[in-house]
Amino acid sequence: MGIKILQDKCAGCTLCVKACPFGAIKMETKKAVIDLTACTLCGACVSTCKFNAIELIKEEAKSGTADLSSYKNIWVFIEHHLGEINPVSYELLTEAKKLSEDLKCEVAAVLLGDEKIENGIDELFSYGADKVYLSTHAEFKEYRTAPYTRTITEMIKKFKPEIFLIGATTTGRDLAARLAIRVNAGLTADCTGLSIDPKKKILNQTRPAFGGNIMATIISPNHRPQMATVRPKVFKRIKCQGAGAKVDIIKFDPVINKEDLVVKILGLIKDESIKVNLQEAEIIVSGGRGISDPKNFKMVEELAAVLSGAVGASRATVDAGWISAHHQVGQTGKTVAPKLYIACGISGKIQHLVGMQGSDTIVAINKDPDAPIFKIATYGILGDCLEVIPALTRKIKELRG
Amino acid sequence: MDIIVCIKQVPDTTEVKINPETNTLIREGVPSIINPFDENAIEEALRLREKHGGKVTVITMGPPQAKEALKQAIAMGADDVALVSDKAFAGSDTWATSYTLAQTIKKIGRFDIIFCGKQAIDGDTAQVGPGIAEWLNIPQITFAVKVELQGDKIKVERLLEEANEVVEVPLPCMLTVVKQINEPRVSSLKGMMKAKKTEIKTFSAADVDADPLKTGHNGSPTRVVKIFTPPPKGGGEMLCGSTEEMVSSLISRLKERKTI
Repeated sequence: MGIKILQDKCAGCTLCVKACPFGAIKMETKKAVIDLTACTLCGACVSTCKFNAIELIKEEAKSGTADLSSYKNIWVFIEHHLGEINPVSYELLTEAKKLSEDLKCEVAAVLLGDEKIENGIDELFSYGADKVYLSTHAEFKEYRTAPYTRTITEMIKKFKPEIFLIGATTTGRDLAARLAIRVNAGLTADCTGLSIDPKKKILNQTRPAFGGNIMATIISPNHRPQMATVRPKVFKRIKCQGAGAKVDIIKFDPVINKEDLVVKILGLIKDESIKVNLQEAEIIVSGGRGISDPKNFKMVEELAAVLSGAVGASRATVDAGWISAHHQVGQTGKTVAPKLYIACGISGKIQHLVGMQGSDTIVAINKDPDAPIFKIATYGILGDCLEVIPALTRKIKELRG
Repeated sequence: MDIIVCIKQVPDTTEVKINPETNTLIREGVPSIINPFDENAIEEALRLREKHGGKVTVITMGPPQAKEALKQAIAMGADDVALVSDKAFAGSDTWATSYTLAQTIKKIGRFDIIFCGKQAIDGDTAQVGPGIAEWLNIPQITFAVKVELQGDKIKVERLLEEANEVVEVPLPCMLTVVKQINEPRVSSLKGMMKAKKTEIKTFSAADVDADPLKTGHNGSPTRVVKIFTPPPKGGGEMLCGSTEEMVSSLISRLKERKTI
């Protein structure tokens, strides 16, 4: 395994230097030189070289899954909180349905819960599941890493899915990361795009990296299942026409191991400042440093209230303690994609933009004409938030009587 | 109380800028830093040590330059550090990285708690912490925002989407921490002097008995096949006039689009 520049072929054109996302290639005496400590063997340079002067030697791992062809169908992990199914699971069923047309295979939902969870099953079929693998036990009432990982591992061993999609939520990321190691699978985090390679019939998984500054497409060629976590709100959920007729439920015996039950859930502390669920809201009004003072979040809240929307916040305001972290939008907060996103006094660093640029309409209010937020805004208002927000609130109130 | 903290040296992605002409990353002058969430992990480990006694060991996997990150950890107050570094680790994904770090931890020996940051700001996967826990077969608690040691158990508050979940976990265990858990301390002068003098211990793949089929490119199930810069979004319309005028034209446009 390694990478090298074929000196006789290198024309010194520097295309590879520009293409390297890791800054690992330099020019020395008009030939490209690769710094192996910085190189991650991603291969971005290989495809840009017009002279075939870069050789990437990949001895393929022998640690892959045996008998890849015995793995079939696409699975979606159904996340729920005490029986209430997280919408990201429906979004993934819809996307899995699309992918299954390219692979000519079935879509299965994986559902663990207590006895009452069976009430939610009909919805899974209506969003595209052909099958539901159901495992019920009192210990599955709330998500916990160890018992969920154990039973799902057994399901994977028995039924061998080709692809396994999980929401990139706190629960989904906790589970997927543990599961991938146990079942010896490749896992791509936080995907924003999925497609099937038409020739190889494998899953192309696209995700942002470097805080959204670059995008990477990742595959797991030799391991099954191909696992990915997918951000909420990236895909739309669509009910299937005429679905729900077939109800194929496969009951799977839970595997309960005493050592998996050592973590105890003592309770939940609700954030009382959350009035509308941020990721489900159709309209979000977010505040940034530009609102000048924590008490001005009241203005943001008022505008959100007249629009029946939710309140978001930039990382800077959360770090400064102006508002709780549950409101944070962006790379280290939540990804949102509402119909309308109003950014008040948010400059728009890339870390914020990756969390909200999927919104249908973006309104930016900022007094700095050079604020990057204006570059992605549908409508920009150059002005002081503290004047614009109340004016907007008043006008909308008038409008709505 | 023996605490191990796993950290990563990352480029400061908040400093990364895009060249508008070539649409590529500008990396010159971008400093290398300790992943910010890992600084919170170090801080939490130091606080537990101050309260309950014990030893804090900070480890990282990376190129030789990552020693700088470990020196900073010493300056903050870590008792011991170790770098695991080998050409064989090139091209590691989270699967191979978590294996390598788990092997390193086994080499170090005894531990009660392993701390990691919730994710690294360059890769953003949040997969290495739980991966380490799986290799070591210990419980994992992710996204910790409050940690309280109670005898041989820890009470942890986890920062979830809409609420905080309170859980109890026995030792030994692995915890990943979020930014809100604490404010990392500034290095002391004494710490910096100590860091300067400390020779950083380095382990190779052979030193940690790493299986070549589980490390580096060979041990990584995932392959990056394409890297590209997302196309810049076109700007929209700047509204003009007085505040009242801008607000009015905004509302009429939103109504036209049936947004409100």
